Amino acid sequence: MRTPAIHLAGLRKTFGPVEAVAGIDLEIADGEFFSMLGPSGSGKTTVLRMIAGFDLPTAGTVSLNGRDVTQLAPYDRDVNTVFQDYALFPHLSVIENVEYGLKVRKVARKERRARAEEALDSVRLNGFGARRPSAMSGGQRQRVALARALVNRPRVLLLDEPLGALDLKLREQMQVELKQIQRDVGITFVFVTHDQDEALTMSDRVAVFDAGRIAQVGTPEEVYEHPATPFVAGFVGTSNLITGPAARRLTGRDGTFSVRPEKITIADEGAPGTISEVIYAGPVTRFVVDLDAGVRMVVVEQNRRTGTAALAGLRGNRVQLTWLREHVIEIGANRAA
Amino acid sequence: MTLSIWGRWALRTVMALGLLFIYLPLLLILVNSFNGDRTFAWPPHDFTTQWWSAAWRNGGARDALWTSVRAGLGATAIALVLGTMVAFAVQRFKFFGRDTVSLLIVLPIALPGIVTGIALDSAWRSVIAPLGIGKGLFSVIVGHATFCVVTVYNNVLARLRRSGVSFEEASADLGASPTQTFRYITFPLLRSALLAGGLLAFALSFDEIIVTTFTAGPGIQTLPIWIFNNLFRPNQAPVVNVVAAVLIVVSVLPVWLAQRLAGPAAGASRT
Repeated sequence: MRTPAIHLAGLRKTFGPVEAVAGIDLEIADGEFFSMLGPSGSGKTTVLRMIAGFDLPTAGTVSLNGRDVTQLAPYDRDVNTVFQDYALFPHLSVIENVEYGLKVRKVARKERRARAEEALDSVRLNGFGARRPSAMSGGQRQRVALARALVNRPRVLLLDEPLGALDLKLREQMQVELKQIQRDVGITFVFVTHDQDEALTMSDRVAVFDAGRIAQVGTPEEVYEHPATPFVAGFVGTSNLITGPAARRLTGRDGTFSVRPEKITIADEGAPGTISEVIYAGPVTRFVVDLDAGVRMVVVEQNRRTGTAALAGLRGNRVQLTWLREHVIEIGANRAA
Repeated sequence: MTLSIWGRWALRTVMALGLLFIYLPLLLILVNSFNGDRTFAWPPHDFTTQWWSAAWRNGGARDALWTSVRAGLGATAIALVLGTMVAFAVQRFKFFGRDTVSLLIVLPIALPGIVTGIALDSAWRSVIAPLGIGKGLFSVIVGHATFCVVTVYNNVLARLRRSGVSFEEASADLGASPTQTFRYITFPLLRSALLAGGLLAFALSFDEIIVTTFTAGPGIQTLPIWIFNNLFRPNQAPVVNVVAAVLIVVSVLPVWLAQRLAGPAAGASRT
């Protein structure tokens, strides 16, 4: 195997009595689009900051392309960051922002101007160079921040929730663009987000963070279809967790199981229950069903035929739920197996 | 909030009266500096510029002006360096006694000038004079710097607080050394705050009289002290008016500039 672009070993970070990062071991391959997914306070941003060099780890090492950089300052590391608030320099024009990294590395004026123009082109902002960042929209600033980082041709690009400030439509558009750019330039992207859709759609692999630790690392499909812990099952997508006596009644086995809402259908036979809530959500309708077996299940059905009028009367109805045996995931079983 | 027409007019009147009360006397001084009558008969009968040329020829006033400018520049320079350094220390680092330091820096502006003056006077006499540094212009500069530091400190602190560290982190991330970051990012972002703080410091020093009285060495006369000494000499009165008029302009200008700098420029410092 090639030298990983990033290698974290035994990484820990404490802020006073708070343990923000509680032991992380991770390898990120060269050219990978890698996401760190987790709720706020799970330590993902702190890990990013330790890779960039803004925070020094309490223990453990950070290696970039096989070189230990744990003690190096940010300006001595071959990584660049796209910040959550973009951190564009307000007193510099857009083109001056983009060429800043080249300027401080003493690239000749002519060459750095040309490369900065090229970088602005690649994020479709040609002609905006003379503007001030304050005269641009959120989406445009985002692209300037991206161009400013990419123009330095780093081996690794770190992105700290870069799409968080954008509205939904723009965010979806930028997700596609980011993925395209990453494929074009072929460098490693480490993408921090709390948005599971974002992580699943863009990444080659995802690490799910829970309370300063990595709960699971895997491809989006592995993480979604085979969650390693109840936390992962709950955080990545919606999940119906079945435990205790209900598990024995429904699956015949002891343990913790998960069934995704879209894998369940309302049918003529199956586990009986009562509809307690009907939530119409445009393309789909969510049913909350209290099963007689003693567990509450969420079921998602496509609105192919149903309309709102028909749905209104369904609350309180008796229904039966069915699902395929292979869609019942025993949590943690894929690790043990 | 909406006010009744009556209420609106009442408030306008009160505001107008308040402003008149502050600025009419100042206006009077300006007018009288051109008043041809030696006793300042009101309303002025004839216009003259003879007091202005007399003031210009007055060696004492000119020397005093020059002394004031030097004292102001000196105190401002010290204030800029120390105020900025303290602001950085307090805003960017955590250390034992940080809040106390912050309070101690701001306190001199609230202390009665006479207390600061007496304290500096006795400190100079018992500690510094034995070292061979007598009172002179330098002691005035030091005395003024004690309270001028505050304006710079407050301006820089506010700016640092607002802009945070993300611009500096971004700069380091893009490969800039700490020196480059300071030169290209930190300093330019602070520039208007430094200018505003410096101008206010200069204005404070320029019209200071109490601390100056206690710290000035023999033969050192700043403009406000010169005015005070000449105020009650009848034949100097017209010239005093001119000097006071100059003082008004010289003090108003930096404050006006400082306000303009602190206003819109500060707002645009963060995108």
